[in-house]
Amino acid sequence: MAETHSLQDLRQAAVASKVFVQRDYTSGTICKFQTKFPAELESRIDKVQFEETIQTLNNLYAEAEKLGGRSYLEGCLACLTAYTIFLCMETHYEKVLKKIAKFIQEQNEKIYAPLGLLLTDPIERGLRVVEITIFEDRSIGSR
Amino acid sequence: MHLGVEEPIRECQYNQICTHNSSPMDTPHIKKKKNKRKWQVFPGRNRFYCNGRIMMAKQTGVFYLTMVLILVTSGLFFAFDCPFLASNLTPAIPAIGGVLFVFVMGMLLRASFSDPGVLPRATPEEAADIERQIDANNGPSGPGYRPPPRTREVLINGQTVKLKYCFTCKIFRPPRASHCSLCDNCVDRFDHHCPWVGNCVGRRNYRFFYLFILSLSFLTIFIFAFVITHVILRSNRTGFLSALKDSPASVLEVVVCFFSVWSIVGLSGFHTYLISSNQTTNEDIKGSWSSKRGKGNYNPYSYGNFITNCCAALCGPLPPSLIDRRGFIQPDTPQPATQTNGTSACPPNQVQSHMAATNPLLHSQPVILGGGPPLQAKTSLGGPCSTMGPPQPSLPSSIPGLSCGGELMALRDSEIHCHHHLHHQHFISPEETPSPPAPLPCATHLGHHVHPTQLFDPVSQDSLHEDSVRGLVKLSSV
Repeated sequence: MAETHSLQDLRQAAVASKVFVQRDYTSGTICKFQTKFPAELESRIDKVQFEETIQTLNNLYAEAEKLGGRSYLEGCLACLTAYTIFLCMETHYEKVLKKIAKFIQEQNEKIYAPLGLLLTDPIERGLRVVEITIFEDRSIGSR
Repeated sequence: MHLGVEEPIRECQYNQICTHNSSPMDTPHIKKKKNKRKWQVFPGRNRFYCNGRIMMAKQTGVFYLTMVLILVTSGLFFAFDCPFLASNLTPAIPAIGGVLFVFVMGMLLRASFSDPGVLPRATPEEAADIERQIDANNGPSGPGYRPPPRTREVLINGQTVKLKYCFTCKIFRPPRASHCSLCDNCVDRFDHHCPWVGNCVGRRNYRFFYLFILSLSFLTIFIFAFVITHVILRSNRTGFLSALKDSPASVLEVVVCFFSVWSIVGLSGFHTYLISSNQTTNEDIKGSWSSKRGKGNYNPYSYGNFITNCCAALCGPLPPSLIDRRGFIQPDTPQPATQTNGTSACPPNQVQSHMAATNPLLHSQPVILGGGPPLQAKTSLGGPCSTMGPPQPSLPSSIPGLSCGGELMALRDSEIHCHHHLHHQHFISPEETPSPPAPLPCATHLGHHVHPTQLFDPVSQDSLHEDSVRGLVKLSSV
């Protein structure tokens, strides 16, 4: 498959540099990343595409942390069962995190790896940054 | 003779292998080649049990005291008072008592054993990236040039909030996060470090802590009321003194409950107020959102009405732990840079940072109590956090006119440090701003702050600060 082949190429490629997209705290403490386009990526990827990726990520995190009927219900139920219910089922947040992991993998396979970039799931960096690894161009197969 | 010399050496080596490669529950001879789990190289000053499932602070003595007090008092109640009450009043009394007791213990263990919301430290590349950005912002510095404090300003809901740079964790702390000097971690939505619970109280375990003190208030009042009832009923039959002779445990229970009810109920009330206004203990002490600071000062995190604030704090989504204690270390995973102290001895249950150097000043420095250049003291804030503690009422710090005995030093950005011997055992960890001290006389309201100019190099300030803080903690802890 072309996608996995390019991902494997990436693993052998040399890392040129890493770009870090920081958190955006203007809406409070919710998890949100800045959509500002980093200068180092200008030659590699389309600005609109990048912003779309980050925006989707932000929306997913907002969904995870949303306060609403569902989260209250989950919280109350958990309290009543002395939080033993989480031994059997996942929290809503964890479910969304899995969705996010899948989304990032898809984005890497379809969009970023062919361009010589790799997104790292923010949860592996403590939800502080979105780490984008830029690989050197020459190691990627013919375009 | 030869063997005699070799034996101790062999023993040392055996111990080293034991602590490096095995978790507390594994036997040493099996796991030599196994990958380490992340908790084994965790850079903070925490203790891990059950192969990383349980996480606590380093000093857990007071936590065991809490457990003993609750268990003993409740045990005496169920053993001595409940049989009488069940047969003479109603068996619902031990039943309700039992439910309350189980709930209290459950919440205590949950608050003590969970990850409070520790923020993992920055990887070396991240740290380098941030340094580059800071240098770019500040410009080059010549010799003798004082680097400006590393802060970023963010506008949140109309309020300007300063994000501070943590020199230990090498990150800009998110809003409401704070660095706990006892555990040497940055904790998200840091409330306080509670020695009674043996852990920090932060975003992930605040609700357990609150439910713990709330249910403990009910349990204490419950036991107190029914022990009194028991003694009165007995006295009606046999006279007061023989009632006491028949049930000696009741006296102990009454004494314990009487002295703890004030502090625990007061603490519950204080935290109820904090929850309803969506503040942390840290913010309340500093008066971050107090209207006394300025006319337009308000809490940008509050949802407006107290019901939403309560629901958000207690029933909101619980974020998962960010530190992945039980994951295996991948050989190519970047490990965060550590610069903290860590003891070089590794008892099986305790994993300190293997990588960090031992800080020689750590346990030996006398406390800088008064005079001299006091660096940063510990804030001791009212009220024992949980059970039957010292007989001091827990006063919400926002009550004006609260006086602190001892020396009060107010530092930049409203870090308030107060030496108390009387008051509470909560330690609010001062944040790591590189600000030198300007000792002030004790102000009646804990909201004053000054802005001294900066004199110290931040990194050495950091380690000095840790030491003084630890020294202070040693003096003022139970």
